[in-house]
Amino acid sequence: MLKDITLGQYFPGKTVVHRLDPRTKLLMTILYIVALFLAKGWIAYGVVFAFLVMSIALSKIKPKAILRGMKPVVIIVVFTAVLNLFYTSGTHVIVKFWGITITWEGVETALFMVSRILMLISGTFLLTYTTSPIALTDGLESLLGPLKKIHMPVHELSMMMCIALRFIPTLIEETDKIMSAQKARGADFETGSIVQRAKALVPILVPLFISAFRRADELATAMECRCYQGGNGRTKMKSLHYGVRDMVTLLLGAVLVAGMILLRSFGI
Amino acid sequence: MAEAIQVEHLAYEYPNPEGDGGIRVFEDLNLTVEEGSFVAVLGRNGCGKSTLAKHFNAIALPSGGAVHVFGMDTREEASLTQIRRTVGMVFQNPDNQIVANVVEEDVAFAPENLGVQPQEIRRRVDEALKQVGMYEYREHAPHLLSGGQKQRVAIAGVIAMRPRCVVLDEPTAMLDPRGRQEVMEIIARLNKECRITVILITHHMDEAAKAQRVVVLDRGQVAADGSPREVFSQVELLHSLGLTAPETVELCWQLNQAGYDLPLDSVSIEDCAQTLRRWVKA
Repeated sequence: MLKDITLGQYFPGKTVVHRLDPRTKLLMTILYIVALFLAKGWIAYGVVFAFLVMSIALSKIKPKAILRGMKPVVIIVVFTAVLNLFYTSGTHVIVKFWGITITWEGVETALFMVSRILMLISGTFLLTYTTSPIALTDGLESLLGPLKKIHMPVHELSMMMCIALRFIPTLIEETDKIMSAQKARGADFETGSIVQRAKALVPILVPLFISAFRRADELATAMECRCYQGGNGRTKMKSLHYGVRDMVTLLLGAVLVAGMILLRSFGI
Repeated sequence: MAEAIQVEHLAYEYPNPEGDGGIRVFEDLNLTVEEGSFVAVLGRNGCGKSTLAKHFNAIALPSGGAVHVFGMDTREEASLTQIRRTVGMVFQNPDNQIVANVVEEDVAFAPENLGVQPQEIRRRVDEALKQVGMYEYREHAPHLLSGGQKQRVAIAGVIAMRPRCVVLDEPTAMLDPRGRQEVMEIIARLNKECRITVILITHHMDEAAKAQRVVVLDRGQVAADGSPREVFSQVELLHSLGLTAPETVELCWQLNQAGYDLPLDSVSIEDCAQTLRRWVKA
């Protein structure tokens, strides 16, 4: 069950999308989200969708992988759809039953909302699927760099993210081990009410936390032994460089957002 | 040869969380490690082996006496970075030493901290990974490696600093026999080929037998010090300290208990076989 966590999953590759600077990809994701929220009519949505499909095609990520990632959000999507379907007031009534009216406007809003959520998620998935976590943290650190001037602990934050990502598999493995150990001594995690099952998790969490603290302590010593002194004076083995393709991509993103603003001003 | 590490009248006590009076580990410990040597430190649990190791690169500071590392006093705040880059430290659990989620990024961690230029970091990382035989795995995620491989990455992460001395605190305690062998081969190679001073803290007598010098600690004091042959032939002393000699020496010793008269200096299997052969012939 714990093996299914796809958080920050990365599919290595050598496509154009993979080779883009992580900062470019982060900025593009933001531009893409802005464009998505600016989009109003079907044409605008179509343009954003075409852009998404093009990016996915270029990255050679299998659409199946993206669809698989959607599974956990199905409930939210259905919930949004149902809410919009029933609670949008409008004049073109389609059906009316048990005091609930479904209007044509409701169907339209529901479709818009669902496609917006799905496109939002696919876009951000594309970012994490094509960028290694370490590149992502490096990109974030570099993008947030100017905030160091107002004493934001940017380096510390990215170091924390990096270590957290590094320890996710280790801690998952450990959780599995503790669960097996507790099961071997008769603990029951699968049956009973939700409250009972939640209570059964306590004997897993306590040893897990204790071990995580011990690990943190040892890691801190090991980092000190390797001369870690915070971000000052630190260099990077792989420094980030903007290339021509990054410029082109960012330009494309700017055009996309500008186009959305334009379409919106025409009311399309 | 010059001294790599010089421990003079070291006193150390752990601060007591309950208040006054710490837990005393060392009272007056003296030890000198020559540069370029391979020293194994033995002792039962709680004898202060790990605490001593922490003094070698200023992770722990003496409460009395002094520790000098290549001439630098560990209490000097100004030479802290210099001390830590000169004396590298490898710990027992490789999982808790690896910082990054790509092997080569982890090896680059120490040189990055030292502010080395990117091309030079690349060179050092490649060199360190080749030295431990993990170059082909440079783009792997550490959690997918075996224990022995992880520990080799941890060693590479330390030698990328270009230290003159490496302290290993029970580096094989969590490994399977194969991982142990891999790590021991690399430690021996570091000492022989790279001329790095190696201080190996261990529980395994056969590992200690590979060192040039064995130091046995007991209750914060040096209980025995000498070549593996000298130390391991004192079987009764080792037993009284809660340790055993290598199996080969134990075998000869037990035969002696049964009335034979064998020398107790065979620390390797070959030596032991020779000794027994000579005895059978005679």
